[in-house]
Amino acid sequence: MRFCPASDQSMLIYLGDRISLATHERVVKLLQILQKEPPAWLRNVQPAYCCLMLAFDARRIDHAEVEAVLRQFEQRAESTRTPQPRKIEIPVCYDPEFAPDLEDVARSHGLKAKDVVRLHASRFYRAYFLGFAPGFAYLGDLPDGIAGPRLDVPRKSVPAGSVAIAGKQTAVYPFSTPGGWRLIGRTPLTLFRADRKPMELISIGDQVRFHPISRKEYSELAVQ
Amino acid sequence: MSSLVVKLPGLLTTIQDLGRPGFGPMGISPAGAADPVALRLANLLVGNEPTAAGLEMTLVGGSYVFPTGAVIALAGANMGATLDGHPIDLWAPYSATSGAELVLGPTRNYARTYLAIAGGVEVPRFLGSASTHLLAGIGGYQGRALRKGDVLQLGAPKRKILKHRVSQTVLVSLKPRRVLRVTDGPQADQFSAEARETFTRQTFRVTEDSDRLGLRLQGPLIASTSSASMITEPVSLGAIQITPSGQAIILGVDQQTTGGYPKIANVIGVDLHRIGQLRPRVDIRFERTSLAVARALWIEQERLLNNPSQLFV
Repeated sequence: MRFCPASDQSMLIYLGDRISLATHERVVKLLQILQKEPPAWLRNVQPAYCCLMLAFDARRIDHAEVEAVLRQFEQRAESTRTPQPRKIEIPVCYDPEFAPDLEDVARSHGLKAKDVVRLHASRFYRAYFLGFAPGFAYLGDLPDGIAGPRLDVPRKSVPAGSVAIAGKQTAVYPFSTPGGWRLIGRTPLTLFRADRKPMELISIGDQVRFHPISRKEYSELAVQ
Repeated sequence: MSSLVVKLPGLLTTIQDLGRPGFGPMGISPAGAADPVALRLANLLVGNEPTAAGLEMTLVGGSYVFPTGAVIALAGANMGATLDGHPIDLWAPYSATSGAELVLGPTRNYARTYLAIAGGVEVPRFLGSASTHLLAGIGGYQGRALRKGDVLQLGAPKRKILKHRVSQTVLVSLKPRRVLRVTDGPQADQFSAEARETFTRQTFRVTEDSDRLGLRLQGPLIASTSSASMITEPVSLGAIQITPSGQAIILGVDQQTTGGYPKIANVIGVDLHRIGQLRPRVDIRFERTSLAVARALWIEQERLLNNPSQLFV
């Protein structure tokens, strides 16, 4: 456990130095305790791959005291259990219409587009955390055969539902936002809806698999 | 029920309150007023709770009609406001008679003006807040900026309005600044001593490409000494990220919640509301301070803001 002030009212708590399922489990366990028993001074928690950030009420507590409390929580976190991950299937249409970067990704790995699709849909990914925008889940790890760099110049606008890859990660853009990941398909599902419970389709810790659908199936699902 | 009619919406007018902290695990940033101090004071002037929802106007105000009248107060940037043609001051309550029209023009100094109305603006709360989150299209009025013809419902005024205005001393101590105080960011050590000195010595200009998500700055390029790409991690409000090309970005209230750029510094709590008042083309500087000083200033500012007897004359 390594502590680092992010600002005068927030603290980063690193639980590992590289992306791994073991570090992820530590993040989830600590998050669970903080959500179950939120201290009165806690304003917000943001998890990520290897760390959590706590925003706190600086009138009630300072960084040294936050650290002391978190060290106690860590000991208890070790003995808590994480729930069995939910399994979620997400239909994806990999049609060229929705996949402007699919050919480039294939070419850069010496593959055919259909091989990229097969590999992308070949396994369950872990939802390491939600960040960037509401409902945006960072999923990993991609098979090495299709992992690669993000775009040099990010797009100003990526359509909602776009399925994208970058590095060893994959994700679905819940909203139309700027984005630098490579687009290889689109899902007709809505990733985040304020009038749904839970609002986010994918939560931290879930196991997510993509399954290919045709353009026709996409249209049918999109109208539902 | 009384209402407010949007006759002209200005450049970007949204419903905001003090935001919705606590939903980081869903990837949701707290949002809320870009200058929460101005909104809090405007609310107190009309007898509202500081957390009531009001209007945030950006650079150009717009015009608004109160069909059955209302008690209102403006705070923040001076947009040359008039009520039924008569100039009105910021930081003081006014009675708008039935059918009165409030008109605000382009800003004459800062970036944002807040309109508080006795009773507050009534919209469905999303995760406990009325704030508009434009990116996700949630909260506020139908999740979007206000448009011509929108009609907003107003709540019932809570208490009688005392005739008072924000004291001059308070306005001076909360005044916007162009020198933002910062503490070291989590990756400060990834920058050379020279780069860090450049960062606090030189001037940066706020570009047109700035909004509630963040302020993009133009100025000296700050080079990171680390070429390895960072693992994506949480980012705090007011964090100053340095992009691979060396450009600095200050994260604003509608910020992304995580990011992969190194942070050289973070704006301190008492200067966060001041980020919301920086408009494009102004020049700013950064001044380094300690966590202890930042915390002492925060406690002092919160004490002031929670003490009505000191705030008003």
